[in-house]
Amino acid sequence: MLKLKVNEIDIEVEEGLTVLQACEKAGVEIPRFCYHEKLSIAGNCRMCLVELEKSPKPVASCAMPAAEGMNIKTNTEFVEKARKGVMEFLLANHPLDCPVCDQGGECDLQDQSMFYGVDKSRYKENKRAVSEKNMGPLIKTQMTRCIHCTRCVRFATEVAGVTEIGAIGRGEDMEITTYLEQSMQSELSANVVDLCPVGALTSKPYVFEARPWELKKTESIDVMDAIGSNIRVDTYGWEVKRILPRINEDINEEWISDKTRYACDGLLNQRLDTPYIKYNGKFEKASWNEVFNIIKSKFKNTDKDKICGMSGDLVNMETLYIFKEFFNKTLSSYNIESRSDHTYLNSKKRENYLFNSTINGIEEADFILLIGSNPRYEATILNARIRKAYLQNKTQIISLNDVGDLTYPYESLDGDIENIKKITEDSHEISNLIKKAKKPLIIFGQSSLKTKSAKYIFESVKSFLKKNNKMSDEWNSLNTISENASTVGSFDLGLYKTVDGSNEVLKDLENHMFEIVYLLGVDNLKFEKKNEFIIYQGSHGDKGAEIADIILPGAAYTEQNGYFTNLEGKIQKAYKASFPPEEAKEDWLIINELAEAMNHRKLFNDKDELDSSLLNQINLFIEKDKSIKSSTVENIEFKQEILKVENEDYYYSNAIARASKTMLECKTAKVNLKLTGTEG
Amino acid sequence: MSLRRPSKEQPENFDFNSASLEAAKSIIAKYPKDKQQSAVMALLYIAQKQNSNWIPLAAMKYIGKFLDMPYIKVYEVATFYTMYNLAPVGKHFIQICTTTPCMIRGAYKLVEACKEKISENENELSKDQSCSWMEVECLGACVNAPMLQINDDYYEDLDKEKTLKILDKILTGETPKPGSYRGRLNNEPENNRKTLMDLKNA
Repeated sequence: MLKLKVNEIDIEVEEGLTVLQACEKAGVEIPRFCYHEKLSIAGNCRMCLVELEKSPKPVASCAMPAAEGMNIKTNTEFVEKARKGVMEFLLANHPLDCPVCDQGGECDLQDQSMFYGVDKSRYKENKRAVSEKNMGPLIKTQMTRCIHCTRCVRFATEVAGVTEIGAIGRGEDMEITTYLEQSMQSELSANVVDLCPVGALTSKPYVFEARPWELKKTESIDVMDAIGSNIRVDTYGWEVKRILPRINEDINEEWISDKTRYACDGLLNQRLDTPYIKYNGKFEKASWNEVFNIIKSKFKNTDKDKICGMSGDLVNMETLYIFKEFFNKTLSSYNIESRSDHTYLNSKKRENYLFNSTINGIEEADFILLIGSNPRYEATILNARIRKAYLQNKTQIISLNDVGDLTYPYESLDGDIENIKKITEDSHEISNLIKKAKKPLIIFGQSSLKTKSAKYIFESVKSFLKKNNKMSDEWNSLNTISENASTVGSFDLGLYKTVDGSNEVLKDLENHMFEIVYLLGVDNLKFEKKNEFIIYQGSHGDKGAEIADIILPGAAYTEQNGYFTNLEGKIQKAYKASFPPEEAKEDWLIINELAEAMNHRKLFNDKDELDSSLLNQINLFIEKDKSIKSSTVENIEFKQEILKVENEDYYYSNAIARASKTMLECKTAKVNLKLTGTEG
Repeated sequence: MSLRRPSKEQPENFDFNSASLEAAKSIIAKYPKDKQQSAVMALLYIAQKQNSNWIPLAAMKYIGKFLDMPYIKVYEVATFYTMYNLAPVGKHFIQICTTTPCMIRGAYKLVEACKEKISENENELSKDQSCSWMEVECLGACVNAPMLQINDDYYEDLDKEKTLKILDKILTGETPKPGSYRGRLNNEPENNRKTLMDLKNA
């Protein structure tokens, strides 16, 4: 510990901190532009100058290591004068266009110039002007406003792992740009908008939409992937204007993916706002009563074994729970499933479908094996963590398949499942790497769990890990990247029907065994409809609604309170930021009312009862799960197969993203870049 | 000094020829393994030499691949240093020193000569596309002021007439003799006075 003084107050700080961090520990705020906790230190904005005893000149506190016995002063006239001077230089070439700047109201430069700036300008010369740069469909540039903090350059190089932004020219002519003004090829690109302390990089889809103080801010959880990134939803009336990240060091740190951030305009398009009934192939508007009556008579006249329910990828746990209760209690049916493809599931213990090492644990890992996974698209934030682990510890990473650029170097095998056989039979060099590693990380992607040999791959690797003591309470190296926000929640609540891990409901559905199919937000189902009567409940007119006979308009994730369990098994609550459009209702309410219409009894009296019942159920489940001993399945037949990693279109993976214009633009921008052949 | 931008007309491809490749390899060999990026400045210069004194984008890309570094990093370096030319400057690249000592000794006369013979403006190719000229800062030959540099050679102790002659030769494809044009050897004192010993108050 170091003892030092900040403004005459004695404090003790750990070694290795900078003066700026020491001051923060002492509760003294230091103004800064270029310094950012998650990025490397540049020290080029000079805003964080402080006075150090025995130093004749002011010192840039962000780049100065704290040392024993330092006497730091931040409130002297000397410091004030230094900061004033720096601010004057920064403002010399900064345009005075705050009234038309999107950053206005949440601009670091604006705020800090209120504290440290001079009220008059002595700069009579022409201000410099810089041409705008093209940075793709997400980032709008106004480079005249740039103060050259290089946060964006450091973010792209260090965190995103795509070295595509740089500073060209020198001195007064320095400009920040992407290479030849192409859009940035990263799924994290829009984080530079948050990082930019001025209005040089602003959000293109959000341009001139609203001022920050007009927006209602709701802290919530993202559902675009299974990570459960913490977000803040900004709404103006009904419209969700934008989505920003919230800091959660255990999950998304400070970043969110572009899909999380920009799919929100999909919440305004393609919405189902009233119940519909299909007559002669055409949808016609109906009232809730009408549709409930039709559904009621259909259910009444159908054998309960001929009814099945499927739940989708963005459904919150309350709805899943009441959906299951509705099927089990009201319909006495157990044909209920949450997987919309033939994914292998071992539901015996929770660890079989969780990311057991946790996202934070990635940084501790000393060996990573990816089996049929492209984490860059499946879980962008998690991939950023793997990159962080690689940068910190030079973690060795091996992938069974060559899946292209993952933003960090990795070795790849040929994708043959023979490799897995060899690894688990101890006759592959990777077997030794796993055994030698103290904290190995084996990651199963969805592609590996969807193949025919999924059971073999998963179970044999699991028993290999078990045999070698890599699955203990301290470190469980078995990890699955779940596909969707509701995947883990559905499994926890038991929305599956399986004996040996296969998807039985889907098999029967494909064989047209059912007469009524209730789709709860299912849009990724590949299914040829024959004579089934399909009820679709969801928020968007997408693939599911297309094949439906009755549509029940539900709410999207920003329009209802709901729990989501992320891929690590952390349960988090998403809060209601907006409300469902027109006739649409919250999803749980629809099912509750449908149950009431069916047999005059609500399943739950109100949301509170549902919530407490759900949490009870989950807590009991987790308690029970802890007492179950983890078991392995042996002797599964091996079949020669080549594993292919096929990812759905990243920008088009769910109903909300498919309704979003911004996502379409991202997709075209990416395709165009590929077509011109300038990407490599 | 304004921001130098890459030329609008760019060649499709660029490859090191065998001589450049050899030079590049010998430079990379000077750096430790995995630190080959340090050679980027030297390689840009080699590319510039090979490609009639300017660096096309294709060359930056080629060097980026050659050294296994991101294109933007090469681009940053190339735009930072003024001695990398990002647009065609002609096979004969004429740099006239106009810093104070040369200026006092009549450097602007040389500029006039270039304007007459080559092109009206700086960095503009001559009619036959073979030459261009530009004003530069001190080239370190103040004793032989005024002077200009054509590719690798210094032409010193010039005046307008001598410059015109040199430019004529260049334009007809000859190589004029480099060095002093007042018959000096390097920068020896004129009038055969080799020392200051006989000077009273020296």
